[in-house]
Amino acid sequence: MSEEATVKKFMYLNRKAPHGTIYALEVLEMILVAAMFDQDVHVCFADDGVYELKKGQDAKGALEMKDFVTTYRALDGYDIEKLYAEKESLEERGLTAADLVVPVEVIDRAAMAALIDSMDVVLSA
Amino acid sequence: MSYDVNGKTIDHDEEGYLTDLALWNEDLAAIIAEKEGVNMTPEHWEVVNFLREYYQEYQIAPAIRVLTKALTKRMGADKGSNKYLYELFPYGPAKQACKIAGLPKPTGCV
Amino acid sequence: MLHTVNKSPFERNNLDACLNRAAAGSAILLYEDAVYAAVAGTAVAERVRHAAEQHDVYVLAPDLQARGMKDAALVEGVKPVDYTGFVELVAARGTATAWL
Repeated sequence: MSEEATVKKFMYLNRKAPHGTIYALEVLEMILVAAMFDQDVHVCFADDGVYELKKGQDAKGALEMKDFVTTYRALDGYDIEKLYAEKESLEERGLTAADLVVPVEVIDRAAMAALIDSMDVVLSA
Repeated sequence: MSYDVNGKTIDHDEEGYLTDLALWNEDLAAIIAEKEGVNMTPEHWEVVNFLREYYQEYQIAPAIRVLTKALTKRMGADKGSNKYLYELFPYGPAKQACKIAGLPKPTGCV
Repeated sequence: MLHTVNKSPFERNNLDACLNRAAAGSAILLYEDAVYAAVAGTAVAERVRHAAEQHDVYVLAPDLQARGMKDAALVEGVKPVDYTGFVELVAARGTATAWL
């Protein structure tokens, strides 16, 4: 890192359901690494990505896979507090913020577009 | 590659981290500690047990910054400092304490 | 004939591809990320309900459980099965078509 580290606005945009593919877990690992570098991290959930935060997941019991949903609850301890979920994506799936394991700010698609536009770096998976 | 605990062999990776966290027990922890040159005191166990609780709850080993913050909250600023942790685990709290606690190597670790 | 679908209906068109081409009376099994299609109250629920009137639609219960949907209401007509039920379907229905 340079000695005069500049803080950039990073967004991790989660668009995949949690257990059918490896994307969601890989993005979470990237977020944890990014947290080490004191950047301005935004974690967003849209499309099937909102399913990553669904309460009551039991990947360990049902599939003998890692229950990484619990790790989202650790983000607060990593000083990652800017979490957003897209309103339309939740509604299409019959979900509300109350169905999610961590508090998120629910924003509509237009607001999500504006937020994406304001970032320095966007990683979407 | 494995540890030998009371006649049972328990596998570890090339760096000494357990491959199956469920096989951890205190006897094994003592054996790993000995290999690391760490003499386990109640203060060491306090950190190791804290790491195991953290892992149970969040399914990850905490980064050092997160560990010190959480320890400060739980046990006070004396025990939540880098200095204190490095005194207990001279080769790095993440590297040594996590290994002794049977956790995987932390993401972005020291 | 048994048709299987394993991708989310919100991300891919595998479910539609299957529903458009499955003969009436077929068995359709939703598993992995396709189990989201079996949950009531979503934007695709009406399509699945309609499919269940013409086909035997099943959903793999362990995949619902993994995703926090174990106790969720299912679309009317959709029947949960476990792994044994999955195997029985394969055995009973002969040919399986996987809509990947």
